[in-house]
Amino acid sequence: MSDTTHAPDDGPILIADGVHRSFGGVRAVDVEHMEVERGSVVALIGPNGAGKTTFFNVLTGFERADGGTWRFEGHDVSGQAAYAAARVGMVRTFQTARVFPRLSVLDNIRLAAKDQKGEHLRSALFPWVWRRQEAALGERAAELGRWVGLGDKLEDRAGTLSGGQRKLLELARGVMAAPRLLMLDEPMAGVNPALRQLLLDKIRELPGEGITVLFVEHDMDVVSAISDVVVCMAEGRIIASGTAGQVASDPRVIDAYLGGSSGDLRDMADELAPVVDELYADGRTPDSTDSDGTDSDGTDSDGARP
Amino acid sequence: MNLGAALVDGLRDMVAVPSVVYALGAIGLNIQFGFAGLLNFGSVASGLVGAYGASIAVDQGLPLWVGVIIGLAAAALLGLLLGLPTLRLRADYLAIATISAAEIIRVIVNSARLQDVTGGPIGLTGGADDFFAVNPIPEGRYGWGSFSFNQNTLWTILVGWTIVIVLCLFVWGLARSPWGRLLKAVREDEDAARSLGKNVFKLKLQAFVLGSVIGGIAGIIFMFDGGFVKPDFFVSQTTFNWYLVVILGGVATVLGPPVGAIVYWFVISVLNSVLTQVIGDGWWIFDTTDTGAIRYVLVGLTIVLLLVFRPQGLLGDKDEAVIGE
Repeated sequence: MSDTTHAPDDGPILIADGVHRSFGGVRAVDVEHMEVERGSVVALIGPNGAGKTTFFNVLTGFERADGGTWRFEGHDVSGQAAYAAARVGMVRTFQTARVFPRLSVLDNIRLAAKDQKGEHLRSALFPWVWRRQEAALGERAAELGRWVGLGDKLEDRAGTLSGGQRKLLELARGVMAAPRLLMLDEPMAGVNPALRQLLLDKIRELPGEGITVLFVEHDMDVVSAISDVVVCMAEGRIIASGTAGQVASDPRVIDAYLGGSSGDLRDMADELAPVVDELYADGRTPDSTDSDGTDSDGTDSDGARP
Repeated sequence: MNLGAALVDGLRDMVAVPSVVYALGAIGLNIQFGFAGLLNFGSVASGLVGAYGASIAVDQGLPLWVGVIIGLAAAALLGLLLGLPTLRLRADYLAIATISAAEIIRVIVNSARLQDVTGGPIGLTGGADDFFAVNPIPEGRYGWGSFSFNQNTLWTILVGWTIVIVLCLFVWGLARSPWGRLLKAVREDEDAARSLGKNVFKLKLQAFVLGSVIGGIAGIIFMFDGGFVKPDFFVSQTTFNWYLVVILGGVATVLGPPVGAIVYWFVISVLNSVLTQVIGDGWWIFDTTDTGAIRYVLVGLTIVLLLVFRPQGLLGDKDEAVIGE
């Protein structure tokens, strides 16, 4: 995260225009305009099926767009391959953490580094070309591992980690990839309350390191705790944006969660009732039904910073 | 029953040229299937293209070393042509495309209409003459009893196992490099690798072409065995045997393929001897001609048991084989 040399551009880091994507007859994503301010933490919320993850997939090249343009750091990156999007600095994580189970935690993180000389076939057989870089990246990876509290698990295979620890690993790995924009798809899904606070703290630290954050989340406590801006999607469209308070009291947002004018969405209202409750409950703590089965070890947050 | 004779047969066949060919074919396949997770069910085609590329070149009057280069270039080209359109697809499409391609190539080579070029069903002879011409071993038979080879076979065996050792070192070097690590990561989760800015397609293509070239080497060594090539060897059964060797030795291990090949040929050969002796002129419901089939039934059974009780093969890491998502 020492990379603070990029142009001190004040404009938005990401601007999307007219991005749309349909499946069959359904417009899963239909975003007229969206901007992400540099250095901010932006939450993308919305009921199930609102198109948040599809929008993520389209922006990061994991899904084809039917139309629209999006510019990242002033460059047109619309329709780029997923690896190319990541290389320009848009790095994403996944709803269910995707680690490399048979690699060690350290290697999981180290792998994410850009421009590794030893990853070229032509130099793979000549360790003297890449050995020094490899060692330096190993140190950096260990540092990031400690930063997310996995310091005592660096040599373990990632497949042995709990769900919450995998989310932490994914975060460290994402940061290792030197992103300008880190896009987290439900970073708290499947994370138990003990790890949750650690994860929140780490995400909150990212803007200070020059990393803008855009994340998808369901939990309104999480959203209001760490986001500067909240954007709400429903039926593929962006229907509101502003501070957490503004968005939570926006009638269109409440409508979207409750079902509003659309008959299809009415069925969803029951399912979403708890979310709406939280929207209205001032200062209520997350209720006990939030806890999940994941275990709570690995929280040795020793304050190491990347 | 003469168990000693059976053991000698086994010892002979585990070092003989077919074992070398299997070890080489399995090394190539192990890069594709083991390390990169690419289901190439037509890996024998790279052997065919390598062997025929070299043989045809020699047949047209070129020296063997040029023929070898042509054969290996043809194997690389095959990997490229097969990989470019299919490696973006799901694994099962790759499997179907490769097995079809392998059969198509074999049928074409087998065609009587191409007899002038490929020799059709009869094949081509003389491809290895230059190789035997530089054989430093004096004429004669070397070994004891049935464990013996003539000078040309011994020459092929020595060169063949040397190539196996060199390629094992090559694979070992690749596997411990960041390139090898990335290949493992891609095998485990392509999308995660993409999300980190890794060009997954390029990496798979590299692994695929590399495996294909090594398959080409296997084909050329096969040609050195009898000094001729025939399409018969390059049937899908051979690909499956190479899979068996890879799994037996240990998927994604450096020494798995040669160890698998040695054990495979030892077991096959001993079984063959024992069964021939036991069945003799007929026993119970079996006739003399059934030994080959029974042998493969027993091998199949062994593989099933191996996959159930030791999925990591002889050399694989247990954790590596069973650790889940």
